[in-house]
Amino acid sequence: MATKTEFDGTLTCPAPLPAVERVLLGHGSGGKLSAQLLERIFLPAFSNPTLDQLNDQATFSIDGMRMAMTTDSFVVNPLFFPGGDIGSLAVHGTVNDLAMGGAQPLYMSVAFILEEGLPIETLQRVVGSLRQAAAQAGVQIITGDTKVVEQGKGDELFINTTGIGLVAHGLTLGSERARPGDKIILSGTLGDHGICILAQREGLEFETTIQSDSAPLHGLVQSILNTHAEVRCMRDPTRGGLSSSLNEIAQRSHVGMMIEEEQIPVREEVRGACELLGLDPLYVANEGKMIAIVEASAADRVVETMQAHEYGREARIVGTVIDRHPGTVVMRTSFGTTRIVDMLAGDQLPRIC
Amino acid sequence: MKYIDEFRDPKIAHRLVEEITRRVTRDWTLMEICGGQTHTLVRYGFEEMLPKQVHLVHGPGCPVCVTPLEVVDKAIELAARPDVIFVSYGDMLRVPGSKKDLFHVKAEGGDVRIVYSPMEALKLAKNNPDKKVIFFGIGFETTAPPHAMAVLTAHREGITNFYMLASHVLVPPAIRTLLESPHNRVQAFIAPGHVCTVVGFDQYESLAQRYNVPIVVAGFEPLDLLEAIHMLITQLEAGKHEVQNQYARSVTRYGNIPAQRAVEEIFEICDRKWRGIGSIPMSGMRINAKYAAYDAERVFGLEDSGAEEPKECIAAQVLMGLQKPLDCPEFGTRCKPESPLGAPMVSPEGACSAYYQYKRHLAPVGD
Repeated sequence: MATKTEFDGTLTCPAPLPAVERVLLGHGSGGKLSAQLLERIFLPAFSNPTLDQLNDQATFSIDGMRMAMTTDSFVVNPLFFPGGDIGSLAVHGTVNDLAMGGAQPLYMSVAFILEEGLPIETLQRVVGSLRQAAAQAGVQIITGDTKVVEQGKGDELFINTTGIGLVAHGLTLGSERARPGDKIILSGTLGDHGICILAQREGLEFETTIQSDSAPLHGLVQSILNTHAEVRCMRDPTRGGLSSSLNEIAQRSHVGMMIEEEQIPVREEVRGACELLGLDPLYVANEGKMIAIVEASAADRVVETMQAHEYGREARIVGTVIDRHPGTVVMRTSFGTTRIVDMLAGDQLPRIC
Repeated sequence: MKYIDEFRDPKIAHRLVEEITRRVTRDWTLMEICGGQTHTLVRYGFEEMLPKQVHLVHGPGCPVCVTPLEVVDKAIELAARPDVIFVSYGDMLRVPGSKKDLFHVKAEGGDVRIVYSPMEALKLAKNNPDKKVIFFGIGFETTAPPHAMAVLTAHREGITNFYMLASHVLVPPAIRTLLESPHNRVQAFIAPGHVCTVVGFDQYESLAQRYNVPIVVAGFEPLDLLEAIHMLITQLEAGKHEVQNQYARSVTRYGNIPAQRAVEEIFEICDRKWRGIGSIPMSGMRINAKYAAYDAERVFGLEDSGAEEPKECIAAQVLMGLQKPLDCPEFGTRCKPESPLGAPMVSPEGACSAYYQYKRHLAPVGD
């Protein structure tokens, strides 16, 4: 039987692609491609000391008052999903970005980009939800804008929100402040929001409906800060999931991290959906979860405080900041072996077999 | 999670590792064929658990990785046409052709859609009668039945705007090629469970007998693979070369006969080039003459781009099990998942990608 190949050790593979000349969907995934846009396009153009902190919010002082400001755009499809909608998400996203900087959220702007033909009733539902979420979070919407684009030039409706909050005196948080020995605390289950959206989009049905975890976290943050524990930084692991947030902190702080697979909570139905879709919950988006990097001696106290709060019931220590392999996050698997938890290159893609 | 957690029990895993350690008396090289199995082995860190005498090398079983350059180029050419909706499994979008990948085509305005099933492509064809809907049908024996069913359904329902760019590959010819290579060092195989669910394991018997290699058909969970390694080491130490079926909960000797019939109805065996390895006779499947009206290559008169693959990546050695990803000087430096130099770095199931994703903290390179 002729089974010869020209196998002589000099074979073959494709050349690297030329530099990307257009925006790809992956540029919005919160992974490495997003980081490239930031480094190559935005930072060279806008660089200044406040922006260069690269936290989810900027903090700055005006007349001795420490302020935090953040902005976020929302393009989720479908607009309505179990556990929330684009309106509540637009409030929670911005409130949480402020809260992660230790700020008390105060005011928000809301800008709508509407597609021609959108039912007014849909807009009304979104606005009602947005109003309710803002009231719950104790933020006032004090300015806004509306633009309408032609049919086909937008996907029903997009929202941009900007938020401003006040930071308590003496509080310094930042992704460059993690130190070896610190504990990594996670507030609850991973992947609920991302899998909820994907299940809606793909028409997947499970025994129980997977709900988005979309929630405002400023109250939980306040209770953490009230413990006066030494908190190094806080993050809400949205796009790119836990892995992206931890990798960013590890890189900015020049530290390594070791997380424990067995400590990371994932709901059964989310695990099931991830298995089915070939996704890893560590990379899936959350909208109501946070991580806190805390000085070791205070970690247990912070966890107890978080567990007493409605959005932190399942809080726990999931890992430790270490001095080995700086910039890299490693997980101890349930088998006692180790593996890297990398930042995604682009979007997590479904596997084919 | 029922039916999953049972196959990931660390206690049983450690017991199996102890048993393997007790049995092994010398060095053995084992190869798993399927990328899904590679992924599990690397992700769960088997190399850290198993005795040093057990060498795991990773075979050419990632269909995304081995899809030849000229087929990717054809996909890119089709996807860029204005009257085409090009439909693909997600991980093919990042595979570089000679100039660009499908993500770039999409960014340039090509209508490229990601689906989980070829039936979704059929639905798109029905809903967009003014468009030509082309499904990128790649994979091993595993994806061939649903692809065949999609063509059969289109034929039955008279859907005339559905086409398939088919580039299927078959496992046994690849194993044969490996075993006939003068450089071969693989002494036993873990056969791919999903492929065998479709085709059975009967055809693996002749491979085991002819080349004196033990073969164990295995599943994809960590305990499936540890049990398969245990079975192979037991056979190797006893000088046996049989086919054993570890994945009996899914695989039978003759496989899924109706699925095979559908495949035989639509496809025919052909020579096929494997990216990174080269041409392997009778190792592929293409749509046969009877269903030529659904064959995108024939309908659209595509010509080979003639693109040559550069020679800087050691994919051949990696896919043949002669070198490991961490042996490559480009690994983690010039060659990364976001800028792959070669096939095994492209799909998350490629061997190099799996090492990059999970294991580069154990290598002296990387960022």
